[in-house]
Amino acid sequence: MSEAVTERISSLAALMRSQGSRIGVGELLGAHSALVAVDATSREDAKLAMRAVLCSSHADLERFELAFDAVFGDRSRPTEDGLVSELGAIEKAALPRVGIPGQEGHEPQIGEPPVLAPAAYSSVELLRHRDFALYTDSEMALSRQLIARLARRGPSRLSRRRRPSRRRGHEPDLRRTIRASLRTAGEPLDRHWRGRSRRPRQVVLVCDVSGSMAPYARMLLQYLHACVAARRRVEAFAFGTRLTRITHELGGRDHDLALERAAAAVSDFSGGTRIGAALAELNRVHGRRVGRGAVVVILSDGWDRGDPAELDAEMARLRRSSHRLVWLNPLAAHPDFEPLTRGMRAAVPHTDELLPGNSLASLEELANLLEEV
Amino acid sequence: MSFDQIRSVDAVSQALAGQGYLAGRPLALAVHLAITLEQPLLLEGEAGVGKTEVARALAAATGARLIRLQCHEGIDLHHALYDWDYQRQLLALRAAEGGIDEGALFSRRFLLRRPLLEALEHDGPVVLLIDEIDRADDEFEAFLLELLSDFAVTIPEIGTVAAADRPVVVLTSNRTRELHDALKRRCLYHWIDYPAPEREREIVKARIAGVPEAVAARVVAAVGRLREQGDLYKQPGVGETLVWAQALLVLGEEADLDQTLGAALKVHEDVVRVRERKVLEGV
Repeated sequence: MSEAVTERISSLAALMRSQGSRIGVGELLGAHSALVAVDATSREDAKLAMRAVLCSSHADLERFELAFDAVFGDRSRPTEDGLVSELGAIEKAALPRVGIPGQEGHEPQIGEPPVLAPAAYSSVELLRHRDFALYTDSEMALSRQLIARLARRGPSRLSRRRRPSRRRGHEPDLRRTIRASLRTAGEPLDRHWRGRSRRPRQVVLVCDVSGSMAPYARMLLQYLHACVAARRRVEAFAFGTRLTRITHELGGRDHDLALERAAAAVSDFSGGTRIGAALAELNRVHGRRVGRGAVVVILSDGWDRGDPAELDAEMARLRRSSHRLVWLNPLAAHPDFEPLTRGMRAAVPHTDELLPGNSLASLEELANLLEEV
Repeated sequence: MSFDQIRSVDAVSQALAGQGYLAGRPLALAVHLAITLEQPLLLEGEAGVGKTEVARALAAATGARLIRLQCHEGIDLHHALYDWDYQRQLLALRAAEGGIDEGALFSRRFLLRRPLLEALEHDGPVVLLIDEIDRADDEFEAFLLELLSDFAVTIPEIGTVAAADRPVVVLTSNRTRELHDALKRRCLYHWIDYPAPEREREIVKARIAGVPEAVAARVVAAVGRLREQGDLYKQPGVGETLVWAQALLVLGEEADLDQTLGAALKVHEDVVRVRERKVLEGV
């Protein structure tokens, strides 16, 4: 099979991956075999064959159509037709561009050394390390799915609830043992066990929406929304000079509506910051929600105009009443970052973990951390 | 006095007061509705405002049996509803040398009745207290939802057990997590607040026999000052007021409030704060 076809199938797969499809090398090889198996002169047959191999869910079909049009699009026709033209301006802007062959159609000739590119190289890959503050609207739209996927990952803990278990040596499961012994004339030959199950651990997300955090707040709120939507036992708060609980507002599937509701509930968007006062309210009014065993994540740059002594005392209290206290600071991504602002100086001694919070990669780091605790 | 005799808000107030529980009118009304509408009553409020006491006083006043289910993390059907007596089942199996059939093994003889089944099967009036429901998990809440809607459960080996008379159900929650909306919808809801000073003095006098007016007034004033401090981690509840009054009774009327502060405040920072600000000076 010609290099050109191979490369185009790879581009097609990369495009679909960038939209969230799971396509591995196996599917790629399958697509090649499928193309060999059908009448390669029929465009329609080739398309159907590849579709059968590359798509594995209903959502994949649409992605395939888009990607197919982009990669194998008939160049003589105007490119804006079919499904693409049905999309709105934002969706179009959000379509990945990296990985789509140039419109002029530089077809590599045989003998010319191929340009090596990673299979999954797409705008999503580039996005991973891009600072949230630099995001365009289309990039935000594009990152939504990735954030949703990250938000599903969270901490768990051992529950006191017992479940049947295969491992011997847990607690004996008398109920099932007796049931089984009826089959062996009352002799408990077949013994059953049960062990403790795992449950989601509570997560409390506290997001700074003051003026200095404005470039990051949009994306971080998006993460908060995704967490509330994806997992049980998540509480979300926003603060500037005072604390607002936004768990209810962020609930529901509709992304834009949720963020709108949350913005309406928070009265002091892009205002000043009094982290200490906000945490004081968290400790007192919502102390029970934070409860024992919660992982508390504070998303803030630590620019604080409040009293550092208060922040120090409240962080100490929060540290004692929570399971883990994590601070996500977008400024921490900078290589020269030192926690020197008054707020950070007061807060850092009480945090278990200080992570940057400025990119998808750093949220991924947070997800990894949450899964470990 | 039985439930049939409590047919007005005032009757509820009186019945509870007879047991030393002085309920505000909103609470008495909520209890009255719970009895007449046969709906569960969900009580929320800060710790120590007397959520659990409501059920206890109501049962004592009506001569109903109080059946309490204390929820905890990991609670399941077999803690709450029924379980089988496995040890006796095993013994029966051994004794019969296998000649026992399943029906005999899973009969009422080996059934252990847990609080909820007790409440369903009890002959006579019952107050069912489901305490700290927020500590149970979502699955248990879902099961409870089913039980509270028809007051009937099906035990696979035995059949359906239905309550002849619906018990009066009181649920309490400390709000460590939000309860499911469906469960809340099925219940009447009441938030118990800290009582006003006059009422709290009455409560102290009703609950502690022979407490002098002066002690009651002093303790209630002190607790009021503590609650005014907006920044305490844990405010004292009515329970703390009672303990404090008892402490003063033991130590003598003129005992130092500051030295007995530990009866009311249990967080070190709070104690330090109150002492620094001399909150209790002059009480």
